[in-house]
Amino acid sequence: MDFSFNAEERAFQQEVRDFIAANLTPDLKRAAALTPSVFYEPDISGPWHRALAAKGWVAPGWPVEAGGPTWTPAQRWIFETECAAAGTPGVSPMGVRMVGPVIIKFGTPEQKAFYLPRILSGEDYWCQGYSEPGSGSDLASLKTRAVRDGDEYVINGTKIWTTHAHYANRMFALVRTGDGGRKQDGISFILIDMKSPGITIRPIITIGGDHEVNQVFFDDVRVPVTNRIGEEGMGWTYGKYLLEFERGGGITSARLRKALGQVVTLAGSDEVGRPIEEASIATRISEIEVDIDALEMTELRIMSALQTGQNPGAVSSMLKLRNSEIKQAITKLGVDVIGYDALVWQPARPLYALNEPTPIAEDELPVVPEYLDGRAYTIFGGTSEVQRDIMAKLMLGL
Amino acid sequence: MDLTATEEQRLLRESAERFVRTAYSPDARRKAAGQPDGFSRAVWAEFAELGWLALPLPDAHGGLGGGAVEVGILAEAFGSGLITEPYLSTVVLGAGLVADLGTEQQRATVLPEVAAGRSLLAFAHSERQARFDLADIATRAARDGADWVLDGTKIAVLDAPSADHLIVSARMAGDRRTPEGIALFVVPRQTAGLSLTPYDRLGGGRAASVKLDGVRVPDVVRLGGSDDALPAIERTVDRALAALCSEAVGMMAALLEATAAYTKTREQFGKPLAFNQAVRHRLADMASAVEEGRSMALRAALFADAPHPERIRAISGAKIKIGRGARFVAEQAVQLHGGMGVTEELEIGAYLKRVITFEALFGDVDHHLRRHALASGRLSSRAA
Repeated sequence: MDFSFNAEERAFQQEVRDFIAANLTPDLKRAAALTPSVFYEPDISGPWHRALAAKGWVAPGWPVEAGGPTWTPAQRWIFETECAAAGTPGVSPMGVRMVGPVIIKFGTPEQKAFYLPRILSGEDYWCQGYSEPGSGSDLASLKTRAVRDGDEYVINGTKIWTTHAHYANRMFALVRTGDGGRKQDGISFILIDMKSPGITIRPIITIGGDHEVNQVFFDDVRVPVTNRIGEEGMGWTYGKYLLEFERGGGITSARLRKALGQVVTLAGSDEVGRPIEEASIATRISEIEVDIDALEMTELRIMSALQTGQNPGAVSSMLKLRNSEIKQAITKLGVDVIGYDALVWQPARPLYALNEPTPIAEDELPVVPEYLDGRAYTIFGGTSEVQRDIMAKLMLGL
Repeated sequence: MDLTATEEQRLLRESAERFVRTAYSPDARRKAAGQPDGFSRAVWAEFAELGWLALPLPDAHGGLGGGAVEVGILAEAFGSGLITEPYLSTVVLGAGLVADLGTEQQRATVLPEVAAGRSLLAFAHSERQARFDLADIATRAARDGADWVLDGTKIAVLDAPSADHLIVSARMAGDRRTPEGIALFVVPRQTAGLSLTPYDRLGGGRAASVKLDGVRVPDVVRLGGSDDALPAIERTVDRALAALCSEAVGMMAALLEATAAYTKTREQFGKPLAFNQAVRHRLADMASAVEEGRSMALRAALFADAPHPERIRAISGAKIKIGRGARFVAEQAVQLHGGMGVTEELEIGAYLKRVITFEALFGDVDHHLRRHALASGRLSSRAA
């Protein structure tokens, strides 16, 4: 057992630090810190995406022939940890982390040749068409229907909680192409051009004041059959494969540590009256830090298992659950730390583009929106209730 | 970076788990608990034979040179079987202090005897007024010619009734809470003026209050000078905390396994308990507590010999996380076993008792939250 990185890994760590120093501009860093929503706006994530793409680092989970960087699990850990510590934006996950792996695993050679380079370069911006107004965590009950008409599907229905549909030029969607015995049967995985006639987008403003998610309506939208991934009616299998990536993103402790560090900074600043000297705040910080340490060690144990070719077990639901709960504890602490300044509501977005003076310090502005938007962490990607069901089944055989 | 077990560590885990499974039934444990020592001398002899007593001791003195990770592996297996043998007192605390502070001569005298299973030790340190403050020592050591004379009272001395020697902390100089001026003395239990009030320990094993009334010992039994005893005590107690955390994880895992199995077979309203989401979700949270606990126990072991403050943050962090987690798992295990959970007929209650002992030993969650916050520089000692 060895808790330190070897010489090769330390050299890689330095390479990552150098890359960040060269590419993370002060503007980008400030904009990332002032982002209260779950995802980063494309004008922040885009430049970072392109810098990573130029270096060949944008798709860590991809095989080398698809354009992945062939990192070991330890290198991936180092990369994510350094990016989090430096406060880089995150890359939009819908392309690289979600649909990319599905196309790599189940796509035709033509689909791979067309879509993968455009995901890598950032030319395509993807959104995810999974949830529907009547189908949240019970995803398989979805009703959006695709009816075959010659070489095309005709799609009618609606998707909801579609992150960045208003920016995306493509959507991957689960749609019903047949009615099988089980509700999981008869679902297909379709790639949709967002410029297709018949698509309308309704913004949904979150309680944090952000326009991040949308409802998307399909009204006789025609999509070529060649845009289907894999076989008709097998979409549930492909969609579940993707959910593995969404839930088991894997390395989240470093981002939590960064977020807690921002709250600690606030608590230590003169602006908020130095409540850090209060034992109750200091011990709450310690409690959260210990939770992060535990999550980090769990991630490192998993990384070590992967690195040595062992099976880490059914842990992705546990990681998702704990990450979401700790994230919410941090945002709650943030609100408590700023005291009366939590009463200031700034409706303008994005916060980093504000040109007027504000009644509170700039770094306090995202605190309340982050808390409010952050309530979604225990809901999206399968609610905590769903995660606990999965844990009971997979970890305990219940 | 590799947190997977080495081949040797895997073998150690297998042999410890096998021992607990096959040679340490609840019946055997109950029988041993009724002995005057509170444990089985025969089992102790087996520990010696298996090399477990020598495991963390230095190579030069009959030891195997293992570290906190290896001790943690043993301790987790011990916890799963609620082992009551005085491993912590004799090997981790007693021998640990001698290895850390002792002269070459003292190490050569004490450590091989411990490794061979011929010598049992106990650490007589805590005092009533100190609560969990390791520096708070009122027991005095007064110089008298070539000797020292010890006066004071120690509480919660684990395994003192069976110990051959007590390692007694006493103050040579300074006020009650001064970090300097503390020394340790290896005192034979049968020394005149040393008297025990023994008791059964919650969750198994024995302990005692120890009164020192003009206990006269030669200078040769003193460990360390006046400034290095407290840092050595802190290091050794941190290693003991790491071992205790692993032991608690073993208890938590055993409770989780028993409770999950019970809810699969116990039927109410015509279906197994585990069909109810309220029950499944509780068990999911218990499983999460076990995994997180295992992670933190490993962190504590890996940082057990690290410098301050990393060591303190890892050790206290583990005590916080596992203190909370173990209590949650044990209380929920009782709850999910229903009425049977509050009877002596099941083992669940025995684990709950040991969990309470674990929480109290060397500082509860609140104590370690303060210690963690202090070590992190976010709390001044005045506010603490």
